[in-house]
Parts: sequence; structure tokens; C-alpha cells
Amino acid sequence: MTSLPITLTINGHRHELEVDPRVTLLDLLRERLDLTGTKKGCDRGQCGACTVLVDGKRINSCLALAVSQDGANVMTIEGVARGEELHPVQAAFIAHDGFQCGFCTPGQIMSTLGLIAEGQAGDDPERIREGLSGNICRCAAYGGIVEAVLEAQQQLAQADRRTAA
Amino acid sequence: MRDFDYIRPATIPDAIAAAAEPGSAYLAGGTNLLDLMKGGVTSPERIVDISRLPELNRIERLDDGGLRIGALVRNADLAHDAAFARTYPAVAEALLSGASAQLRNAATVGGNLLQRTRCSYFYDTASACNKREPSAGCAALGGENRLHAVLGWSDACIATHPSDFCVPLVALDAVVEIEGKAGRRHVTLAEFHRLPGDTPQRENALEPGDLIVAVRLPAEAASFAANARYLKVRERTSYAFAVVSAAAALVVDGGKIRAARLALGGVAAKPWRSRSAEAVLLGAGANEANFIRAADAALADASPSGDNAFKIELARRIVVRALMSAQAGTPERLPALPASPFSNIPGARHDA
Repeated sequence: MTSLPITLTINGHRHELEVDPRVTLLDLLRERLDLTGTKKGCDRGQCGACTVLVDGKRINSCLALAVSQDGANVMTIEGVARGEELHPVQAAFIAHDGFQCGFCTPGQIMSTLGLIAEGQAGDDPERIREGLSGNICRCAAYGGIVEAVLEAQQQLAQADRRTAA
Repeated sequence: MRDFDYIRPATIPDAIAAAAEPGSAYLAGGTNLLDLMKGGVTSPERIVDISRLPELNRIERLDDGGLRIGALVRNADLAHDAAFARTYPAVAEALLSGASAQLRNAATVGGNLLQRTRCSYFYDTASACNKREPSAGCAALGGENRLHAVLGWSDACIATHPSDFCVPLVALDAVVEIEGKAGRRHVTLAEFHRLPGDTPQRENALEPGDLIVAVRLPAEAASFAANARYLKVRERTSYAFAVVSAAAALVVDGGKIRAARLALGGVAAKPWRSRSAEAVLLGAGANEANFIRAADAALADASPSGDNAFKIELARRIVVRALMSAQAGTPERLPALPASPFSNIPGARHDA
């Protein structure tokens, strides 16, 4: 099979690429573009370690063919911080021990960004747990993760109010 | 993954022509197809990517009071459409009880109908499976089969259809709009999926090239908005397929049931509409005794296909609870755990 031309905007940078149609978005990010922050856990859509935002929505990049995402705007964990300054979600995960080994963390953080943007969970811990149920943490750092999400939401809401004022 | 040709047609007729060729498969959200391709369960020679086809991602209110949901509408977009969730709450609840937020952002309406069973022997290419390879035999018979079918199964196949979405849809008389080489046609969802019989590889009414373009709900489906629930028992709190599920919808007036809809999930190769249970309920008092009679009618023809006799009694109890929850009324806001038997909402019981 010949490679096909696609264009992707990844973390604000435009990439023109030739891809084998079998390549998933996950493998393209990791193997071609050296964006290895996005993790390959199960590779079958069951663990959430590969979560990225595509056009602002969280998806499992292991179940997306790169060629089918032609033209999309992708955000990975590498695009979340602003230079050396951590995003409030990243800072909150550190502050609340929202991880142990850290393997699932990029996916947890991308999924949290999606969850907050969706605006369905509010500050209900049960809704947050349900909203993040697609991200498995084998170290079971779930307690810290939920605390981190609650604090990050609060920080982001405060920042929004400051901007609006 | 086996090599394949990839094409992205610009129009529906082009897509149908391409997909009518042997060895073709449509790609929309890809959440099930890619999983199957990675496991070697299916190996299409040609992928027809329909994910950008125009006009298939709209939710349209029809002049006759019905609703037309485009086949490419994402599960999350449909469930979070405020007007949709208000009018068809059991459908929204079923959607949000399925998969994970990431998968619901990718998975489509049409793809949900066409998802394959999660029978582990179907997925394991080293096991015999009549659905994957006709006449190969069925490793699930006599295998690990506690989650398999208790209604409508055959000696050729005891797999279940895993959809949540389809369960309230079939209860509400949903119709599948299909476009093929001979034009458009409508098939009721109740008739869309097939029972296995001797040909478990034939899972639905689609012919080669046929494309689901929309799912329609008739006007009457909106009349159950005040009393409609979906209830789903899983082996973990969230992000799991149904062991057994039920969609119940009622119109109650003066304590009497004026209209009733009931369907079961996780029990058969298709979403299981129970008209016999609905007949018991119609005109009867809306009370637990009659809900139990309805549950008995719904499971009257059930039989275990293996180590799963427990599912029959479980299904009866879930039917009763779903009907009681529907009678108690659609909650103002969906519970934190949609469709969960552990939801702390009025009318919910914590035993089954």
C-alpha cells in the first residue's frame, strides 16, 4: 500500500506527512513525531493511556487511523504546559499526588482537560470519577486524581473570573 | 494489521459503490472496527472512510413530530443534546452508560447498531466460532458462557448484542434508514438485527454496500419523556458491557398504564423488545405486582445457554426495577452513574 498525504496540526504546529493507512494516530505521534508523552497501554481502547484531544475532544488515539484524521487539530500532553509553566491541571496532579508510576498520567491529564471542557461533571466527585472511568490507573491513585481535578477546576474558574473582570 | 486500500468517497453514492465490492468495510468512528482489525478478527481489503460524508451528522426534528438522527452523529453529541435528552431520556441514559467518554466522542449512531458481539470466542481467532467462520463450530457452547444469551439463541451461536443505545431505541419503535444500490429503504430496528439460527454470520438486514444513513424515532416516542428509564447491571461500576439491562417507558394516567414499552439488553443476539410484557402492562394498574407479571412474561421463553441461568432471574428483577424507576418518573438530571442500579435517586432500590 502506498502512503497517503495528510496534514495535521499538532500542538499548534502544522505537519505535512505521508502515512501508511494502517498507522494509528497514536503510533504516528510516538514513532514518527517523537511525541512519546502519549502512552501506549492496551492499544485497544480499554485503558485511556493514549488519550489526546482532537479538535478539542478527548479520544483514544489508538483507535483512530491517522489518515482518517487528516486536517485535524491535535493536542497531546507535550502541548499542555506554556513553556516552563505547568498548566493548572498538571500542577494540581503534582500537588495532590494524582499518580504513582506516572504511566497513565498523560492520558489522565488529557482526559481531565476534555472533562473540564465538556462541563458536565461540576464539582461532584462521583460525576468526575464516572467522567474519567475511561482512564485506568493500575497504581490506583484515583483519590488524588479526583482531588486534583477538583482543585484544577477551581483554579481555572478563578482565572476565568479574573480575565472577565 | 493486514494491508488494505483506503478510500474516502465524497458522496453517498460513491461510498455505496465502493463498499459493494467484496472485502470492503465502512469506517466511521472506528472504535470497534480497529479493535477487530488489530485482533485479526476482521481483515478488510478496502476501507471506505465515510466519516466526512456531508449531511450524516445532523439531528433533525421532522414535521410529523418524529426525529431523524444522522448516522454519523457521535454518541456524546447525541446524549448531550439538551432537547434530545429531555425528550428521549432513556436513550440519553443508555448512551451515557456505555463505553467511556473518549469512546463516546468517537463512536457513531450507525456504528453502534453495527458493533459486533463481545463474545470472547468470537474475538479469539484460535477458537471455533460460527459467526467468524461459518460451520467452524461454537467454542462458547461448553466454554466460559455465564454472560451469554438466554433468549433467541441457537446451537450455532449463543452470543449477545452488546449495545445499550439499541435497547431503548427498539422499545421506542426506532426505524433504520438505509441507502443501497437500489435506493433508500426503512427497516424497523426490531427487524434490523437477526437472531442466529443456522446463520449467525448474518447479523442484520444489510446487503453489500448498504449504508445506514439515519435512525428515526416516530412522534409517539416523545410521549414517554416523563416516565422512561434505562437500567444496566455491570460487573464493575462503570465502563463495562451489560450483564443484563432494561429500558422501560410508561404513560400512566390515574394509576393505570395507558402505554408501555419494554426492551432488554445483554440477553440475546439483538436488542430484545418484549411485546408480551407490554401486553400485560397495557391497561393494568401501575404497581409492583403487575410489573412482576410483566417480567415473568418477558422471560417466559428464556432458557440458559450454559452457566447463565442466573441471568434469567436477574433479568426479571431488572425489568421490575426498571418499570418501578420509570413509574417513579424521569429524574430532573441524569444520575451521576447513568443507568446504575446503585444510583441514589427517588424510586431506586439497591437490591436486585
